[in-house]
Parts: sequence; C-alpha cells; structure tokens
Amino acid sequence: METTTIDGAVVSDYADLVRDDRGHTSLYKDAKIFDEEMQRIFRNTWVWVAHASDVPTKNTFKTSWVGDQPVIVTRDKAGQVHVLLNRCRHRAASVCEKKKGKASVFVCPYHGWSYDVDGKLRKVPHAKGYEEGFDTADYPLVSLRVEEYNGLIFATFKQDIEPLEEFLGAARKWIDLFMKQGAGFGVKTLGEHKFRFPGNWKIQLENTTDAYHFPIVHKTFLDSLDEETENVFDVLGQGGWVEDLGNGHSVMVMIPDLIDLDDNLDAPIPDRFADLARELAEEGHCDADVRRIVRAVGGTGFNLNLFPNVACSMAFFRVLRPVSVDETEITHVAIGMDGGPVAGNRARLRLHEHFQGPMGFGTPDDAEGWERVQRGAQAGDDLWILLNRGVDAPEGVAEPGHNAGDVSAETGMRAAYQMWKRMMAA
Amino acid sequence: MSTDIAEKSEVTSAPTFEEAIAFVWAEADLLDRLDYRPWLKLWTDSGKYIVPVERDVDYVDALNIVYDDQEMREARVKRLLSGFSMSSAPPARTVRTVSRFVVTEQDERSITLRGAQMLAEYKYQHMRFLPADISYRIVRGPDGNLLLDEKIVTLINAEDFQFGIGYLL
Repeated sequence: METTTIDGAVVSDYADLVRDDRGHTSLYKDAKIFDEEMQRIFRNTWVWVAHASDVPTKNTFKTSWVGDQPVIVTRDKAGQVHVLLNRCRHRAASVCEKKKGKASVFVCPYHGWSYDVDGKLRKVPHAKGYEEGFDTADYPLVSLRVEEYNGLIFATFKQDIEPLEEFLGAARKWIDLFMKQGAGFGVKTLGEHKFRFPGNWKIQLENTTDAYHFPIVHKTFLDSLDEETENVFDVLGQGGWVEDLGNGHSVMVMIPDLIDLDDNLDAPIPDRFADLARELAEEGHCDADVRRIVRAVGGTGFNLNLFPNVACSMAFFRVLRPVSVDETEITHVAIGMDGGPVAGNRARLRLHEHFQGPMGFGTPDDAEGWERVQRGAQAGDDLWILLNRGVDAPEGVAEPGHNAGDVSAETGMRAAYQMWKRMMAA
Repeated sequence: MSTDIAEKSEVTSAPTFEEAIAFVWAEADLLDRLDYRPWLKLWTDSGKYIVPVERDVDYVDALNIVYDDQEMREARVKRLLSGFSMSSAPPARTVRTVSRFVVTEQDERSITLRGAQMLAEYKYQHMRFLPADISYRIVRGPDGNLLLDEKIVTLINAEDFQFGIGYLL
C-alpha cells in the first residue's frame, strides 16, 4: 500500500482509490492491491464455481477456483454439492488434476491418503506409523460453504456470510429470466472456451456492462451478420439501459425485446432461424414448441454481471479468474437445453463459436482491447480511469425509454467499484 | 460436368502422398503470408475447417474453437482482412512448419494425412508457441487441382486456455 500515491500523497486507505466517477490506475497495476483483493474480496464473498449440470449425478466432480484457491466441486450420493480445497491435508499435494469426471473417492497420489466426495478422510495407508490419538476426523479436505440459486453454484470461505439469495438480491429476477433459455427443458452446460489476456481482472469485470465498446470493437462481428440480425445487435439504438442491482451486481439490457423469452412468441421467426424451425417442425414439435425453442436458442438480450466473478451474458456464462495482477483467465461456458432437441443445441454451439472463444469473431478483439488497457496503464501513474459516462437511473429503477442510465452508461462499472471499495476499505 | 468422363477421371486420380504434402506446404505458406483469399479457393463446397476444444468427440455436437463451413470461412477471412478487427490489425506474425506426415486413410477419391504443426506467433513483444496435431482430408477437384475437404487443427493445449488468435491456424 505504501507505494501508491495520489497527487504525490501516500494513500492510506484503498477506499481512496475509488471515487464515485473514477478509479485509480494503480487498481490495475499494484501487485499488493491484487494480493489484498484475493484476501478481502475473493475470500469474503460468494464466488461462482460451477453450474449444477457440471456435476449432474452422484459422484461427479469438476475442478474450479475460488479466487486464487483451487477447489473441487463434487456431488455426493445424496445429491448434495460440496466445494473442497484441492489440497491433501498431509503434505499438500493436489488430490485431483482432472477437469471433470466421475469419482467416488479422491486418492492423494503422494502417500495414498483417500478422501470421500464430501471431503472426509477415509483412510491413511500404514496408519500404525502415527501416534495414538491420530484421528482421521481431524483432517478432512477443507470444505467451503456452498449454496445454489437456479442452477448457479457459489462457494465461500466466509462461513458467517449472508445467504446467497440475499447476496444476489435484485439479481435473482434476472437470473430467472436468463434461465428461460432452457426452453422448459432446463439449462445445461455444453462446453467451455478458455482464454487469457495479459491484464487485470477488473478490466474484464468492467467490460460485461460496457455497451459503449460494442459497435466499435465488434464492428467485424456485426459485419458478418445478415441485415435483420445486425439490426437486432444494434445495442445502442434500442432504448436499453444499465441498472445497479446492489452488492456490485448490475444488468445491462441491450435488446429489450429479448428480456423475457416467454414473451412475443407470436412474432415472426427470424430468417436466420428459419432452417432450425423447419427442422424442429419436421421432427414433430408443434408450432408453439418450435417458437419457444427457437426464441430460446437465440438467447437473451441482456448481460447480468455478478460481482466478483461471473456473468450471465446474453447466451452464455462468462467466468473470470484472476491469475496475477496483470493476467486473467476467462471461461466462456456455452449453454443449451438439457435434453432439448439436438438441432437446437447444435445451433447454440455454432452461435457460441461465432462470437466467443480464442478464434471467435468477438472475443479476440475484446481480449486485445483489454490487453491494450493494461499496456496503456503503464503510462500516467497519477491518472484515473474514467467511469463517469451516463447518469444513474432515478433510484436505480429503470424502464425502457427513460432518459437516465442509458445502455452505454458506465453505471454497472460504478456499481462494481463501489462494492470493491466497500470490501477493500480499511 | 456430369459426364461419365469427368466422374471417371475423378475416381482414377486420387491424390498421392507427395502431391498431398506439397499441397499442405503451399497452404501453410499462404497462411503465414496472410494470403487468405486464395486460401478460400482451396476448399470443397462442403469442406469443414475445425479447431476443436475436445479430442475424440463428434465435433458437430461439441463446442469447438472453430467449426467453419464455406460461408463461415468467407466471413472469417473478410473479418481478418477488414482492418477493423484490432486483434488482426495489425496482425501477429506467424511462422509455421507442418511435418511428421502419415497417411491415415486413402481411397480412390481422397487421402487423409495426420501431421504435426509447429507455429510461432509474435506480436507486441510476445512470442508464443502453438504446437498442434493436424489432419487433412484432401480430394482432387474437378479441374485436377487438389482441394481440402476437412482440416482439423487440434492444439496441444486445446482444452486449456489460449490467448486470442487473430489469424488462421
């Protein structure tokens, strides 16, 4: 902390680095701030670790992260989800190096300590070598508190934290709307794109509710669409808005028509989905089902940013993992209908590949832009990052067409940085 | 075009191993020189250009990094050459070699090669190395020239993270 100065004065409280309309450049660059963030934020709040469909049945698991801490997400025989630190209690070796799979036991490869999927230490080889009184009950895998909301699984180190539902607050409504993409079948993860960029994690956090960059950075994506779809993606021109949802969460509505996927089912099916609609009809789905599925396949029209590490972004989950002060890993999780028509999920996959991932028509340009922020922030130690675009909606209540908190306002970023300030203040 | 003679010549002139390798090298050279428009003409109409995330899956029903038909290839090339995509303008410099060829399938119409691609990428002081297993199904087109019917580039770390890739693999 002692290295950071503002206008020549040493900063004594991290809170001084965030003002209502700006954040200090050191937030991107100071390795000490990063270390503090891992403690004060990522060990003190709900952090997204998995979607329920990542661990669909008993004894399934996936490895994940809570900040800089590697964890295993497991589902036990009773269906309960556990989040366990991926570290043997003996001499620290990781007990699982697979991304996902099935396992009824995790055996440390070093000395063979074995753990149940709920973390309990099951057996220690050559136990006679330990003194009397050594109790396996004392050495389970460290277990985090876990809660789930509508398929989103979060974990936290902070045992006495508020319930997840309370933490999510006003964001719950938007999660429920987002999950309508399951078209009544439920939502299932279909695959992941992972990429990194050499820059601070908050640069990505900002981006999820940044409509301002969209027509500029993503011009080549827009140019690759048919005219009808390009009009749909005219995100600045449809009366959208950004809303501060509290606790650092925010939602950016870009396409108001696509807020509720149960609405407007009688509207004409867009040309780009005509083939899919025909295929579904030929498979025997009734007209109402075809319309519902096709509209769900197209995804929602909003980005919901949940502080600090996950977004429900139009048609996918965007998960960030801070690696170091100037490196961040992003996972874009493709989602589809759980048990829904194959043709529909195939269409979802192709849509996801079009924009997302290291060779998508959108992601590489985002990543390049974020890298440029980090590179540019090497200059001007005393300068600030401006977050003053647009004005907030009155009392955070937004409706389509109102004058405040328009879609390109930096309201969502301000919301996230205010939460950062709250959690980082001395 | 639908005469017996054309069909017969197609059937009797499967690409040889040597022809296929020369073709693959010429393709790699085009890509390193960012000469993407002629690259678009190297494909059959139904050709698929695939960069998978996962190995040993049915790519059509899996999430891939790239799963391009001709229409998507054309859109991709347009994007990369537009000058409006900051990840490809300015472009990274790439140098690649393709080797370790073995024939995995051969019939009277096509040859399928498996090989290794070693690609170095350079941009903004970053040097990155992107090794990949690579497979090509190559057929002879109606004019006697060879065409790509399928190209699958499986990065050594396909299921792990990448950095943005603003060029063609």
